[in-house]
Amino acid sequence: MITTKDVEHIGWLARLKMEEEQLEGYADQLNSVLDYFGQLDEVDTREVEPTYHVLEMNNVFRDDKVTDCLTRDEATGNAPKTQDGYFKAPRIL
Amino acid sequence: MITISQTIKAIKNSSAEDVVKQCLERIEGSKYNTFITVAKKEAIEAARNVNVHLGPLAGVPIAIKDNISTKGIQTTCASRILGGYVPPYDAHVIERLKEAGAVIVGKVNMDEFAMGTSTETSHYGPTLNPWDTKRVPGGSSGGSAATIAAGEVPLALGSDTGGSVRCPASFCGVVGLKPTYGLISRYGLISYANSLEQIGPIASNVEDMTLLFNVIAGHDPRDSTSVPGEKDYTNALVDDVKGLTIGVPKDYFGDGIDQAVEKSVWDGVHRLEDLGASWQEVEMPHTKYALAAYYVIAMSEASSNLARFDGMRYGLRLEKDHDWHTTYSEIRAQGFGEEVKRRILLGTYALSAGYMDKYYLKALKVRTLIKQDFERALKSTDVLIAPTMPTPAFKLGEKISDPLTLYMADVNTVPVNLSGVPSVSLPCGFSNGMPIGLQIMGKHFDEETIIRTAYTFEQNTDFHTKAPEVA
Repeated sequence: MITTKDVEHIGWLARLKMEEEQLEGYADQLNSVLDYFGQLDEVDTREVEPTYHVLEMNNVFRDDKVTDCLTRDEATGNAPKTQDGYFKAPRIL
Repeated sequence: MITISQTIKAIKNSSAEDVVKQCLERIEGSKYNTFITVAKKEAIEAARNVNVHLGPLAGVPIAIKDNISTKGIQTTCASRILGGYVPPYDAHVIERLKEAGAVIVGKVNMDEFAMGTSTETSHYGPTLNPWDTKRVPGGSSGGSAATIAAGEVPLALGSDTGGSVRCPASFCGVVGLKPTYGLISRYGLISYANSLEQIGPIASNVEDMTLLFNVIAGHDPRDSTSVPGEKDYTNALVDDVKGLTIGVPKDYFGDGIDQAVEKSVWDGVHRLEDLGASWQEVEMPHTKYALAAYYVIAMSEASSNLARFDGMRYGLRLEKDHDWHTTYSEIRAQGFGEEVKRRILLGTYALSAGYMDKYYLKALKVRTLIKQDFERALKSTDVLIAPTMPTPAFKLGEKISDPLTLYMADVNTVPVNLSGVPSVSLPCGFSNGMPIGLQIMGKHFDEETIIRTAYTFEQNTDFHTKAPEVA
């Protein structure tokens, strides 16, 4: 059972700011979906390997060759805030 | 609806530029909110310069789902957080389309980040179903299917993570393919759930869908899950199913199925039987767990894939900066819509310490069992046939308020993505005037057999000739 306090914590982990008045609604919705997910417990999976990926592909390498890439202007062209050709982030500490 | 051959004929009689201009006029007069961005200038320019002898799609207009990157044309994923984002590069499929001479006329509406079954979660408002504007077009590629049904554009690309090409194809009475995982490069497709999704072609008939598929399928070293090898899928456009064995999984005809849907799909199976195929019932006992497994995996992958939207390199940024975490959390809270947030929260929870084994790992194990269901069923059969959707298109607003009810609509489409097999949806009947879709699923990398089955069905029925009356 997810509480409003849990929703706040999950929101923090997911970097989604939660407004106080949203917490209860989210808790109800999350609980109803998680209840539904609970039916997976009925399935016996003791001898079953997980499928992360449907194709039997491993370690796909490409040739280590230099190819064209975006210019600095192209790469920063969509950034809302830049300074001296760099992405400008808020302070971290 | 418009076909490729009609379009090419019109180009020969006038010019690619004229044909594209007429197409743009139809789009601008659309009553269905099909497009987010119309690339008028770029399209006319491209049509003017196209070599009409270039290839099968030379001068043919195409609409692109707004989660596929198009160089120089805004790509929003129907989200506020990507408003104004203009990709500096083309997705692999776009490069291929341009090489084949196709003309990109714009970006079509979708559920935000492809999360939905109705195109109602778009930040740019819902797309309306051209068969009945009170009903949804399906989703998440609702704009792609609706623009074809409305006769605005002959071709479109969608993407299918849990049914997002097949559902709107079914609801709008058009043809859509979810290819085998790995056949089409995902380079430039903005990720939602990367182990499940494939770009897919949508058109008004099987032949056009196949021509488009032929252009976009093929190896690309920039997607590490892209498989090597090329085929000419047009060789599969053969009107013959003699000796074909069809499996009918009764688990796909469960509670809540519309009676007209059930009858139309069975009529379809019997039509193919008349044409020389045989059928047998097959058991796929884990089908009922597919929905829960799908949503756990899709939401988990989404919570990771959507972590990149931080407002630093692209997208929404708020005027005032605080510390890093607060800034990041506020941008995402304002930039994402409700359904996207719900899925990120659920995915984050399913991957968090203490719950990962219970939800995520468990779902991956159930995924193995579902994959084995397909392998077993397709051992004694060539294709599987079932309803694409259990019902015709529902009404706008009917299901959007209850997330779980809306998720349930995907019951017949998600198993295909979990197992990675190909599946095509094509029209097979009507229920109170709304189209019904028949789903043909096949073995990994055996698109030829499902295309041949679909083509034969279409050649011997007239459902694909029906179109909505558009004002």
